[in-house]
Amino acid sequence: MKISATLGLAIALVACRQDMHDQPKYKPLAESNFFADGRASRPIPENTVARDEPIVNDTYHTGNANGDFTARIPVTVDMALLRRGEERFDIFCSPCHGRLGDGNGMVAQRGFRIPQNLNSDRIRQAPPGYIFQVISNGYGGMPDHADQIPVRDRWAIVAYLRALELSRSARISDVPLEAQSQLEAQR
Amino acid sequence: MPQFFPRTSTTIARLTLLGGALALAAVACAGYLIVESPYETRQDVPREQPVPFSHEHHAGGLGIDCRYCHTTVETSSFANIPATKVCMNCHQQMWAVAPDIEPIRESYRNGRSVLWTRVHDLPDFVYFDHSVHIHKGVGCSTCHGRVDRMPLTWQAESLRMKWCLDCHRDPAKYVRPRDQVFNMAYTPPRNQEEVGQRLMSEYHIVRRTSCSTCHR
Ligand code: HEC
Ligand code: HEC
Ligand code: HEC
Ligand code: HEC
Ligand code: HEC
Ligand code: HEC
Repeated sequence: MKISATLGLAIALVACRQDMHDQPKYKPLAESNFFADGRASRPIPENTVARDEPIVNDTYHTGNANGDFTARIPVTVDMALLRRGEERFDIFCSPCHGRLGDGNGMVAQRGFRIPQNLNSDRIRQAPPGYIFQVISNGYGGMPDHADQIPVRDRWAIVAYLRALELSRSARISDVPLEAQSQLEAQR
Repeated sequence: MPQFFPRTSTTIARLTLLGGALALAAVACAGYLIVESPYETRQDVPREQPVPFSHEHHAGGLGIDCRYCHTTVETSSFANIPATKVCMNCHQQMWAVAPDIEPIRESYRNGRSVLWTRVHDLPDFVYFDHSVHIHKGVGCSTCHGRVDRMPLTWQAESLRMKWCLDCHRDPAKYVRPRDQVFNMAYTPPRNQEEVGQRLMSEYHIVRRTSCSTCHR
């Protein structure tokens, strides 16, 4: 009798330690019974701007220059930016466009609208500002990715896409001599 | 007058004392086992979700990177659970009438949140931060197991303090090169101890065991 009472008490003690576990504070995306929509993470009220994302109508934020798509990427293009762009392209674009941009991604293979080849002449000739806007606002059957990809990363992707397009039509003679022998060896 | 207690009663009394002590120990043991059991830590139990979202399908089969959905895992303490819009990127067109995904479409229509059930939930007196772990070369799979093989998500580790400390005392046992953090299939090399030591100095990893690291 006593033993089972002790055991019961022990189990009860084990079970009721929740007071400090669930404190009256909100963690991200937690449920709230204070706000009518039940969200602790508040949506941005109308006509307000997040402090770290000001609405600026410059080329960097819009991809526009002088009323047209910008023909220049408004950030410094270096190797670090291209590598960042490659990584982000593989995360955000390759599911549909494939890692080579040829439209052969896994999601397209499962029945999503098959995107055009990003190495086509038309896309090659499209100005960087246009690609930037496709990422930010979407295009036809392609959803926008503005919420998922910060502005700087979008430009990194644009820069990488240019490198990818170059590489897809490059000939071995386009590569510096010392790299040529390396490539030949890998064949 | 005959003796009131027979001789054997001494032994019985002793045994009772001993038995009592043993019983107490047993209760303590049972308590400990219960606290540490997967039942109490809710380890390895797939959680019911409003939509049967499968990492096995999306991350494993389709090969979608974790960061497509968990966008803030590299930059913030919170890994982020994707907004309805992210699901709709694809499901606007695919499986667009499947009943399984109806709660997602409904949320997209009326703007209300999908009520996902938390799988991992540290007590509120513990501070945890994803970005520092990702940055210092701790892989998702070290803490979350093979998520890419989970049809419904479960918690792969106990999340007990001693589990955190086991690594914090000697991170060299677990750290990997940064470019492997998102590789679910990563297996530690044979000379992990050596590689770990090298990465510890390369990434300036500190052994953090002070209480205020996690209780602040
Ligand atoms: C969910 C699948 C999906 C994802 C993810 C996706 N796209 Fe697309 N994309 C498409 C589809 C489908 C089209 C074709 C749209 C059409 O023709 O209606 C397209 C078209 C395009 C076009 C061509 C626009 C034109 O003028 O024809 C560009 C450029 C492009 N995508 C770039 C990107 C980049 C860069 C990313 C990564 C940030 C990306 N896409 C991610 C599905 C996707
Ligand atoms: C297509 C979007 C998507 C991708 C890609 C994705 N996840 Fe998730 N993840 C979700 C959603 C939605 C949930 C919430 C539902 C659930 O718990 O299954 C979630 C939940 C989780 C949880 C549990 C969170 C909790 O409640 O404690 C972990 C851990 C996790 N994901 C890890 C990963 C890892 C690791 C990867 C990469 C291999 C990954 N996810 C890829 C959408 C995604
Ligand atoms: C990048 C594209 C993409 C995104 C983003 C995406 N899905 Fe999917 N999902 C798919 C594809 C493709 C399939 C079909 C899988 C197959 O055929 O193997 C699928 C299948 C499913 C299924 C049915 C799986 C089954 O077998 O029952 C559910 C449920 C689902 N997705 C939920 C979600 C939820 C919830 C989200 C948002 C967190 C999400 N998906 C985001 C591409 C996506
Ligand atoms: C050092 C261990 C560790 C690593 C590495 C780790 N996680 Fe977590 N993760 C946790 C813990 C602990 C929680 C629970 C946090 C809480 O309850 O506050 C968690 C929670 C989550 C959640 C739920 C949302 C949140 O932030 O609470 C998601 C999603 C998630 N992790 C995804 C990932 C992905 C994707 C990776 C790899 C990029 C990853 N985690 C790497 C330990 C880890
Ligand atoms: C597999 C290894 C591993 C596990 C498991 C792990 N950590 Fe860490 N943690 C690290 C490493 C490595 C660092 C980086 C230490 C440094 O160099 O600052 C770190 C850093 C931290 C920091 C940041 C310290 C600071 O001052 O910036 C916190 C907080 C933390 N961990 C909490 C936790 C908690 C809570 C758990 C258990 C739920 C946990 N960790 C589990 C490896 C781990
Ligand atoms: C690496 C992170 C980490 C460090 C460092 C750490 N703790 Fe914890 N602690 C945790 C986690 C996670 C939990 C919650 C899980 C559990 O109860 O085991 C916890 C729980 C606790 C609890 C509550 C136990 C319970 O059963 O409710 C106490 C008390 C505690 N810690 C004290 C300490 C003290 C004292 C120190 C310093 C000597 C310390 N912790 C250092 C991560 C840490």
